[in-house]
Amino acid sequence: MVHKQAGALTLVAALLMSTSAFAEQRVVTWNADYDPIPLAAAEAMIVDFEAANPEIDVQLTNFDHEGYKNAIRNFLTADAPDLANWYAANRMKPFVEAGLFADITDVWDANGLNESLASSVLSSTIDGKKYAIPYTYYQWGIYYNRDAYKAAGIEAPGPEGVTWEQFLANCETFKAAGIDCVTTGSSALWPVAGIFDYVSMRTNGYQFHSDLAAGKISWTSDEARAVFAELGKLQPYVTANHAAIDWQDAAAIFVQNKASHYVMGNFAVGVFKEGGMTNDNLGFMVFPEIIAGVARAEEAPTDTVHLTSGAKNPEDAKKLLAFIASADAQTKWNAAVGQLPTNSGSSVDAADPFLTAGFASLSTATGGIAQFWDRDAEAEYAKAGMEGFQRFLVQPEALEEILAQLEATRLRLYPQ
Amino acid sequence: MAEAVTPARAASRWNQRTLAPWLFLAPGLFMFAVYVLWPIIQSITLSFYDWNGLYNQDGQFTGTYIGIGNYAELMTDPAFEKSLWNNLKWLVLYLLALPIGLFIAIFLNQTVTGIRLYKSLFFFPFVISQVVVGLMFAWFYAPNFGLLYLLTEWMTGKGIAILADPDLVTYGIIAAGLWPQIAYVMILYLTGLNNVAPDQIEAARLDGAKGWRMLWYVVLPQLRPATFIAVIVTVIGALRSFDLVSIMTNGGPFGSSRILSYYMYEKALSEYGFRMGYGAAIAVVLFAIMMVFISGFIWKMWRDEKER
Repeated sequence: MVHKQAGALTLVAALLMSTSAFAEQRVVTWNADYDPIPLAAAEAMIVDFEAANPEIDVQLTNFDHEGYKNAIRNFLTADAPDLANWYAANRMKPFVEAGLFADITDVWDANGLNESLASSVLSSTIDGKKYAIPYTYYQWGIYYNRDAYKAAGIEAPGPEGVTWEQFLANCETFKAAGIDCVTTGSSALWPVAGIFDYVSMRTNGYQFHSDLAAGKISWTSDEARAVFAELGKLQPYVTANHAAIDWQDAAAIFVQNKASHYVMGNFAVGVFKEGGMTNDNLGFMVFPEIIAGVARAEEAPTDTVHLTSGAKNPEDAKKLLAFIASADAQTKWNAAVGQLPTNSGSSVDAADPFLTAGFASLSTATGGIAQFWDRDAEAEYAKAGMEGFQRFLVQPEALEEILAQLEATRLRLYPQ
Repeated sequence: MAEAVTPARAASRWNQRTLAPWLFLAPGLFMFAVYVLWPIIQSITLSFYDWNGLYNQDGQFTGTYIGIGNYAELMTDPAFEKSLWNNLKWLVLYLLALPIGLFIAIFLNQTVTGIRLYKSLFFFPFVISQVVVGLMFAWFYAPNFGLLYLLTEWMTGKGIAILADPDLVTYGIIAAGLWPQIAYVMILYLTGLNNVAPDQIEAARLDGAKGWRMLWYVVLPQLRPATFIAVIVTVIGALRSFDLVSIMTNGGPFGSSRILSYYMYEKALSEYGFRMGYGAAIAVVLFAIMMVFISGFIWKMWRDEKER
């Protein structure tokens, strides 16, 4: 009886869907939070997967990006899809700890992903088990405006970038010319975390960043103070009033040649180009080396897909996960979206200077790949940190108070 | 048939006058219990737990009981202290809506051609949504292109970006909130002024009362009901002024413009939050503060009713 009913339901469902040809198709459900361009790329990927696996029907439910952050908390318990989009590292930890994401170490092992996705192993692992399939990331770095360089009479840096001293000296010249050396819009807080992370990783390296985000390092330690000392050198050249504007508003300042550098993720290139910049006057360089000998680490937040514990069809969902992890699927998806594939066997569009530069920067980052402050640190700690960074960039004289508050937060969240 | 008779007979044993009011009250009481009392009890219970808002796969609650831990943490939380102070600023400065609203109401309470148009223009800010008010003021204050920024830049050579300044930001948001609140208070006073007895004004005038004395001793006492309502809506408006903070600053820069209601949202429901217990504890504190005012008002109303 039950079987009959289920069969009838499948039949009805199959009849309702014009695309499906077989009544006995198995369904994989996938909840995602894509903007239009990534959504089209994901749908193209599903078409490819279904062509290779005609017995499986993938049903993607797309959510509004902001709404998804709340929706996922409900649907994982109430009505779990087979797959759900989320983020790697600490961001997935609450769901893993509540037992809502399933262990997919077997998918990694069976498909050789430990090798092909080697750069994402750490961020996909919690307590020795894999819980995520990374399929895309994007580099962070310094985007610079060649026209602003011309206006200030400074020679624009090459792909190898400049030294920290040279960078700060250039900033002084820009300031004299009335141009903001580093612009940002931190009303949403996270953009300042990018600046802090880079100064932190260039001063003390990747492991320090990771330990700091995990609450293992005191904010009043000499290492942490050294980071703020370097950040303090940059502070006078950061756009005034950045605390009241969005990152897009700061992009406008950058596009209008009123600012020369923007520490940002590669997604901002689209915004810069919409504002009228081209490959001719927009440049990219890695963040300058601050302390010689510190292995260069980069930020590259990774987007991931997860198998849920409530999945109704985990077997086929794992097939789709393996497909998403594959080199070809990642090449295609990322080419359509303009981001970097995580699979080392994938290729990048050689015509896009920013993607090729990013790919080169990440593949030579011997120090490590960080996820970004707010994904490496736990949510509450991340927020407290970002408020501290923002405050320091507005009121550098309040350093002692900022450090004391951050330290108090750390001791509360991570009792020693 | 027997079933229909039994309840009727039972009812007749009851005093109809005891039963009927409760029957009429039942729908209201039911709604009040489900949508007001029950959430209050639930929030208070939740404030004793540490919970990230997740249920596990079997639908079980994953929180842990920590007693008064959340409240103990509130006591030492600088962000909470900041929110409390900001709430106090809101309360005090929001009351400015009363004298300003009264002044505009008296000013508009005359018979000139087109006065209806002027009245509706003054009332206009109350009609538009708080979200729109917030956006408009955010643009007005915006660095680089905002009207106020350009104006101060033109006058002093250095623009003031109110929303980027941790010392000014709260006052900037309160000013935005006052704009519609003044309109609201004005309309309350305008209706109140309609009911001022003309013969008393006449009598006062014959006795030589003018200007301030007329306002203070003759007009204002007659406006007491309007003032009472205006104080209530202004105080409550100040305490729940969440939308403007959320639209204009998200509590920033670095938490300088937080108020309790926004802090509660931030801790419980925002992207970096999901500490349901801590959020609930903030809600309970806010509720306690509101209760002070609300019970004051209820006590006054009850006393007035008794005197009648």
